[in-house]
Amino acid sequence: MEALDMNRLKKGEVDLGTSIMAVAYDKGVIIGADSRTTMGSYIANRVTDKLTHLSDRIYCCRSGSAADTQALADIVTYYLSLYSVNMDQQPDVKTAANLFQDLVYQNKDRLSAGIIVAGWDKKNGGKVFNIPLGGGIFEQPWAIGGSGSTYIYGYCDATWKEGWGKEQTLEFVKNALSLAMRRDGSSGGTIRMADITEDGIERHFIPGDQLPELAGKIV
Amino acid sequence: MASQGTGYDLSASTYSPDGRIFQIEYAAKAVENAGTVIAIRTKEGVVIAVEKLVQSKLLVPGSNRRIFNIDRHIGAASAGLIADGRHLAERARDEAVNYRDTYRHPTPLKALADRVGLYVQAYTLYSSVRPFGISTILAGIDDVRGPQIFMVEPSGVFWGYNGCAIGKGKQLAKTEIEKLDLGSLTLSQAVEEAAKIIYKVHDEAKDKEFELEMSWIGPETDGKHQLVPDELRKEAARKAKEALDDEMED
Amino acid sequence: MNYLPGQTWSSQPAQHHHQFASASYNTDPSAHTSQPIVTGTSVIAIRFKDGVMMATDTLASYGSLARFMDIKRIEKVGENTILGASGDMSDWQYVQHTLDKLMLREQNENDGHILSPSQIYAYLARVMYNRRSKMDPIWNSFVLAGVDPKDGSPFLGYVDLLGTTYSASTIATGFGLHLAQPLLRKAVEGREDQIEEEEAKRILEECMKVLFYRDARSLNRFVIATVTKEGSKISEPYSVPTSWGFAEMLRGYGPQTQ
Repeated sequence: MEALDMNRLKKGEVDLGTSIMAVAYDKGVIIGADSRTTMGSYIANRVTDKLTHLSDRIYCCRSGSAADTQALADIVTYYLSLYSVNMDQQPDVKTAANLFQDLVYQNKDRLSAGIIVAGWDKKNGGKVFNIPLGGGIFEQPWAIGGSGSTYIYGYCDATWKEGWGKEQTLEFVKNALSLAMRRDGSSGGTIRMADITEDGIERHFIPGDQLPELAGKIV
Repeated sequence: MASQGTGYDLSASTYSPDGRIFQIEYAAKAVENAGTVIAIRTKEGVVIAVEKLVQSKLLVPGSNRRIFNIDRHIGAASAGLIADGRHLAERARDEAVNYRDTYRHPTPLKALADRVGLYVQAYTLYSSVRPFGISTILAGIDDVRGPQIFMVEPSGVFWGYNGCAIGKGKQLAKTEIEKLDLGSLTLSQAVEEAAKIIYKVHDEAKDKEFELEMSWIGPETDGKHQLVPDELRKEAARKAKEALDDEMED
Repeated sequence: MNYLPGQTWSSQPAQHHHQFASASYNTDPSAHTSQPIVTGTSVIAIRFKDGVMMATDTLASYGSLARFMDIKRIEKVGENTILGASGDMSDWQYVQHTLDKLMLREQNENDGHILSPSQIYAYLARVMYNRRSKMDPIWNSFVLAGVDPKDGSPFLGYVDLLGTTYSASTIATGFGLHLAQPLLRKAVEGREDQIEEEEAKRILEECMKVLFYRDARSLNRFVIATVTKEGSKISEPYSVPTSWGFAEMLRGYGPQTQ
C-alpha cells in the first residue's frame, strides 16, 4: 500500500504493504519486490510473489489491496491475451499500462491499487510505467512503489545512473529493496527479482537470510 | 439476370438454393456503376485517387467530397452509393476513436479494417436491412506495418493490397497499377501515376464531367492523411491529360 | 478542504495514519466525488505584445512527496492554443485525451475551419461545468491561452473544477493566485501591448522564482510556453538562479547573536 490509507482497506482485508520497483536498462528491465503480505500487523504470507505475469514480456508489481490488484491484473491479463490473438502481435508495455490506467482511473473511488507495469517490447525495448492511486500514468526510467518506497527515494535518486547494464541494475534493485525492507515494517521476507529482455524472463531469488548487509550499525 | 423472379433475391437473409445471397451481389453492382476509386501503396506512403463524377454543372466545385479522414493517419474512399460511403466513414471514425479510448494509441489499419468489415457483414444477415452498396478503401500508415491499403467489399470481406481499384474502371485501372514499379515509386510520383490512371480509365463517352480528387499520406504530409494540395493535384492532372493526349496520337 | 477559487485541492494533504495523501473511500454508491492525489501546483500566464505566455513547473506531487519531477503540465491543443493544468494529474491526462478527440473530430471534417482558442475554451468550460453538475468534478484549474488564427487576437482564460470561468490579461492558479497574480498585474496591466517577448519571459521567470521560494509543492524546474500568430512553442525545462547568501549571518530567532 502506498503507506497512506489503511482505512481504505475493508476490515480483515489483505494488504500488500510493500516495497516494489522496476528499472529499465539497455537490454530490458529489472523488476523486484519484497515478499511480505500482512493483515494488520500479522504476516499472512512471508514468501509472496508480487511479480505478476501479464503477457509474454510484460509483468507488473502490485501494491495496495491484494484483492483489488489481483482482480485488475487478471482483467489486464485477459485483455492482453485477447489483444495478442486479435492483432497477431505482442502488445507494447505501454498498451498494458494504459489498460491498467483506465481501470484504476474509472474506479478511483473504489480501488486501492498502486501498480508498476514493466516489460520489454520490440518497438520500445525495456519500459517502466508507474500507475499510482487515482489512475494517472507516468513513464519513468525507474520506479519505486509501496509503503517501503518512501524510505528509499533518497537512495535511488543518488544512486541510479543512466546506461547501466544488467548486473549493475540487478545490484541496484537488490540494495534498494533491502534498504526499504529494513525500515518498513510492512515489507520484508525475501527479495524476488525478474530480468525481462527480448530473450525471456530470468528470475532471481534472494532468501531472507542472505539479504545484502548495507548498514554498518543498528541505530 | 437469372436470379430475378426466383424470389431468392428479395432479402439478405435468404440464400438461393446454390448458396448465394443475391442482395450482396446486387450491392456489388452498385459499386461497379460508380466512379473509379484507386489506391496505390509505395514504400513511403499511400495515395488515394477518386474519379468523382459530377452530376450537374450547378454543383459547387470541390463539394461532396468522396475521400474522408478517418483518423489522423487513415483515409477512406468508397465507390458506390455515396450516402452509404459517408455512413461507413462515420462508423470507421467511431471505431478509430474507440480503439484510441481503449489502448490510448492510434488504431492499426488492420484492426480498423477488421471492425469495419464486421460492421458491413452484419448488414448481410437480416431481412430488415440491405447490404452496403459500396466497396471502401481504407488507406494509411501505422507504426507497426507502415503504409497499408485495405478494401472492404459489400459482403464484409476485406483484403490487404499493394494497389487496388474499385468502381467502373477497376479492370483497366488494375492493369495500369500492375505496370507500376511500386517498390521504387516515390509518393509524389505515385500521385502523378494515380492521376494518370484516373484520367485514363475515365470514359468520356458515357460520363462527361468528373473532378479528380486525391489524398495522400507519407513523409510529405508528416504522417498525416491529407488531401493532395490543389497546386500539386492540378499539376498531376495536367500531366495526366498530356500523357493521355500523347497516347491518342500514337 | 480549501475552497478558495483556484486553490481547490488541499496543499496540506489529508492526514490519516500516515503523512501522505489518500484517495477517499466512499460507501455511498451515488457519490463519485473523490479528491486529488497526484497534483501539480500553479499555472501562471500573461498577455504580451505578440500574444500570450504561460509557465508551469514540471513537478507532480504525491501529498508532500515530490514524486514525479519530469511531467508536462502545459500541452499544445492544435497549433494556436496551449493549455496549462494544476490539480489532479490523472484528471489532467483525461482532459488531454478528451481535447485530443475534440481536435481529431474537427480535423476529420476537413472543412478548412480550425477551432479558435476561445472555442476550445468554451468547450472545456462546458465539460468542467457538466462534470461538477454530476457531482463528479474534474479536479483541476486550467489556464487556456492562444492566439486566434483568423484575426490574430490573443486569448487568455481560466476555468476550474466548478466550471468557473474568466478572462484577463494576467491569470494564475493555485498558490500562484496568491503569490504571483499581484506581481503579474503590477507588471502587465495596462502595458499588454508594449511588453516584448523577452520582458514577458522575465516577468514569468521572476514569478516562478517567488513561487519556488514560497510554495512548498513547487520545483525550480519549469517550462515557458509562448503563443504568437506564428504558432506555439513550449520551452525545454530550465531553472532560474536563486539567492540565499543573505541569510548566512542570520542568527537565532530574536536577540541571539551567535
